[in-house]
Amino acid sequence: MTIGSVPVRFRIVVDDSRCMLCGRCVENCPYDVFKKENDTIHVNSRKCVACHRCIAMCPRDAISIRERPVDYRSHPVWTEEARESIYNQARTGKIILAGMGNAKPYPIIFDSLVLDACQVTNPSIDPLREPMELRTYIGKKPGRLEFRDDGDCQTLVTNLAPNLELATPIMVGHMSYGAISLNAQKSIAMAVRESGTFMGTGEGGLHPSLYPYQDHMIVQVASGRFGVDINYLERGAAIEIKIGQGAKPGIGGHLPGEKVCEDVSSTRMIPLGSDAISPAPHHDIYSIEDLKQLVRSLKEATEWKKPVFVKIAAVHNSAAIAAGIARSSADAVVIDGFRGGTGAAPRVFRDHVGIPIEAAVASVDAKLRSQGIRNEVSIIASGGIRESADVAKVIALGADAVYIGTAALVAMGCRVCGTCYRGLCPWGIATQRPDLVARLDPAVASRNVANLIHAWTLELSELMGAAGINSIESLRGNRDRLRGYLLDESIMRVLDIKPVGA
Amino acid sequence: MTRVTIDAAGMHYTPLNRRIREAIGAGADEIIITGVMGQRFIADGVRGRATIIIHGIPGGDLGMFMSGPTCIVYGNCDHAPGNTMDGGMIIIHGSAGDAVAHSMRGGKVFVRDTIGYRGGIHMKQYQDKCPVLVIGGEFRSYLGEYMAGGLILALGDPGKNSGKERGIGSGIHGGRIVIRGGPLDDRCLGVGAAQRPLSGEGYREIQPLIKEFADVFSLDPDPLLRDRYTEIVPSSSRPFANKYTWE
Repeated sequence: MTIGSVPVRFRIVVDDSRCMLCGRCVENCPYDVFKKENDTIHVNSRKCVACHRCIAMCPRDAISIRERPVDYRSHPVWTEEARESIYNQARTGKIILAGMGNAKPYPIIFDSLVLDACQVTNPSIDPLREPMELRTYIGKKPGRLEFRDDGDCQTLVTNLAPNLELATPIMVGHMSYGAISLNAQKSIAMAVRESGTFMGTGEGGLHPSLYPYQDHMIVQVASGRFGVDINYLERGAAIEIKIGQGAKPGIGGHLPGEKVCEDVSSTRMIPLGSDAISPAPHHDIYSIEDLKQLVRSLKEATEWKKPVFVKIAAVHNSAAIAAGIARSSADAVVIDGFRGGTGAAPRVFRDHVGIPIEAAVASVDAKLRSQGIRNEVSIIASGGIRESADVAKVIALGADAVYIGTAALVAMGCRVCGTCYRGLCPWGIATQRPDLVARLDPAVASRNVANLIHAWTLELSELMGAAGINSIESLRGNRDRLRGYLLDESIMRVLDIKPVGA
Repeated sequence: MTRVTIDAAGMHYTPLNRRIREAIGAGADEIIITGVMGQRFIADGVRGRATIIIHGIPGGDLGMFMSGPTCIVYGNCDHAPGNTMDGGMIIIHGSAGDAVAHSMRGGKVFVRDTIGYRGGIHMKQYQDKCPVLVIGGEFRSYLGEYMAGGLILALGDPGKNSGKERGIGSGIHGGRIVIRGGPLDDRCLGVGAAQRPLSGEGYREIQPLIKEFADVFSLDPDPLLRDRYTEIVPSSSRPFANKYTWE
C-alpha cells in the first residue's frame, strides 16, 4: 500500500427522493457501477467513466455525476493528472493508453480567429433567396485546358482527372470497423449518402453490408494493409493512403485480439482473435519517391478511375511533405491536426505530438501556392472541427473540405468520455459487444448525423452570405475574411492573417 | 489456347497494363510480353487465370494486388513483386529486390535465386488464403519481419545465410519461416522470434512445395529433400500485449 487509493475520478449520487428503482441505470451501465439490492441502488463510483448513459436513461433525473469530488492540494505544476499518471506508471511500469483527442489545455487557434461580415458596401447575400454554391470538387484540377477547334464547336482535349463531387464541404473521416461498430459505420454511411458527401472506411476493410453505400465511401490503405484487395479498392469512390494520424503521429495502430470478433476478422481478413498490428511506416514507403510508387500502384490497379488521397498527421514540416505529395500523382492531401480523435493512443502522443490543424493547413496552402501546384491536390482538413465556424475558418485558411470524426460520433450520442479503448462503449459506438452495438439504431443515428451535416451546411451558407460570398470557392484561402484576435505576430504570420482592427 | 504477344519495348506501364487487361478480357490464356525493361506495376490488380510470361526485367511491384493470374519472369525483378497480392503465382527465373511478397495475403511467389532485404514482410493469412514465398538462394536481413501469417521457405545453401543476416522474423506474430539447415545463431533472430528444428509434420508440409519448386525450375529436389530445416515462429502471438495501462 505504498501509494494506496487515489481519489475517485467521478462521484455518482442517486437522489433517493427521485429514484423509482426502475433499474435502468443497472441495465445500461456496462462498467458495473450500479447494483440493485434490497430495493436500493448501490453505487461504485470508482468504476464510473462519465459516459452519461445512466443519466440519459434515468426517467426521473435522479442521477448526478461530479468530476473530481476530492480535492488535491492545488498546484499549478503538479496537476491532478500529472500526479495520477505517476501513480499509474509507478504501479504498472507501462505506457498510458488514452482515447479521444488531445486533452491538454493548449489554446485553440480557431477561437482566436473571427470571421468577417458585410456592412453597407458589398452587401451581404440572403441564402434563403439567392443560390449558394457549396458544391466542392475534391481532386486534381488541370493547370490549363486545351481545346481542339472542330470548326463549329470546340472540343476539350485535356484529360481531366477524376474528382469527387461533394454537395457540402463536410465529410466524415476514417473510423474503422473494429474501432467503431458496424451499426455506427452504417449510420454514418446512410447519413453521407443522404447528404451527398463521403465517409472513410478506416483501415478495417469494407463489410458487405456497407456495399450499398460504396459510392460514398473512401477506402483506406494503411501500413497493415488490412482488408485490402482488388475488390475493396474497386468498390471505393476514392482510395486514401494513411501515412499518419493526428492523434498519434509517427506511430502505428494496434487492434487488440479481443476486439477481433468473427465479423471484424472477416473484413480485416485476419484470424479470429489475432492482434491486428499496423506498423508505424508502410513497408514500401521510405521516401517521397516511394510514396509516389504506392499512389501510382493504386491508380494503376484501379485503371486511373479513382482519386487517391494521402493522409498525414500535422507535424512540423507538413508543408514540405504536402508539396511532395502534390507531386506524387495524389489527388488530395488530408492533414490531420493534433486534436484529431482516436479509439486508443498512447497519452504521451495524443497530448504532445503534432501541431494544430489551423497552422498546418495555412502553411500547406501557402507552400503549394508558392510552388504553383495548389491545383494539383485538394486539401482536406481534419482534427478538432467542432462546429460550422471551424469549417468556415479552416476553409478560409486554405482547405477545400473537412473531415469530421468526433463530431459525428457526438451526433450519435457519444459523450466524449474518452474510454473507447475499453471496448465497452455504452452508446454502441466504440464497441463490438453485440448487446451494446444493438443499442445504436442506424435508422435513428443516421438521421442525427445527417441533421448535423445539414445544420452546419446551413450555418456555413449563412456565414458566407453575411460575408457577401456566394460560392465556397470564393471563401477558400480567403484570409482577408479572417482576423486574429489576441494572436501573437508570429502565428499571424504563419496563418497569413491580419489582427483585428487592421 | 489463345496466345497474345505484346512487345513492351519503350512502352509505358499504363498502356502495357491496358493491353494485358484487354487480352485477358478477350479470353487470352497466355500473354507473352517481350522487351520488358523496368516497367513497374505489371499485372497490378489484374484478375483471371491467364499466364503472363515476361521476358526482361520488370520494375517494382510486379503483380501488386493481383488476384489469380500466373506471372513467369525470365529475368530479375525489382522490389516488391507480389506486394499485397491476393492470389495467383509469380515465378521468377532470377533474383528479386527488397520487400518481396510484402503484405501478401494469398498465392505463391517462387524466386529461383536471391532476394533483398525484408522479404515476406507482414505476410498474412485468413481462412483458406495462406501466402507462400519460396526462395532458392540467399536472402538479406529482416526476412519475415512483422509476419502475421503464411509461409516463407528459404532453400538456399545453409552455409551462406546462417550467421550473416540479422533480424529474421523481427516482430513476427503469426505464420512460419522455414530455413534450410540451422539452427541459426541466436543473434540472427529478430525480436519476438523463436527457432526450433522443423518437426516431422512440418517437413511433410513443405515436401510438396520443395518438389513443386524444383519442378518449376528444373532442379534436382533430392538434396533439398534430404537436408534438415529450422523453423522460425513467433515466441508469442501477442508481442504488443502488456505494453499499456489505461489512463
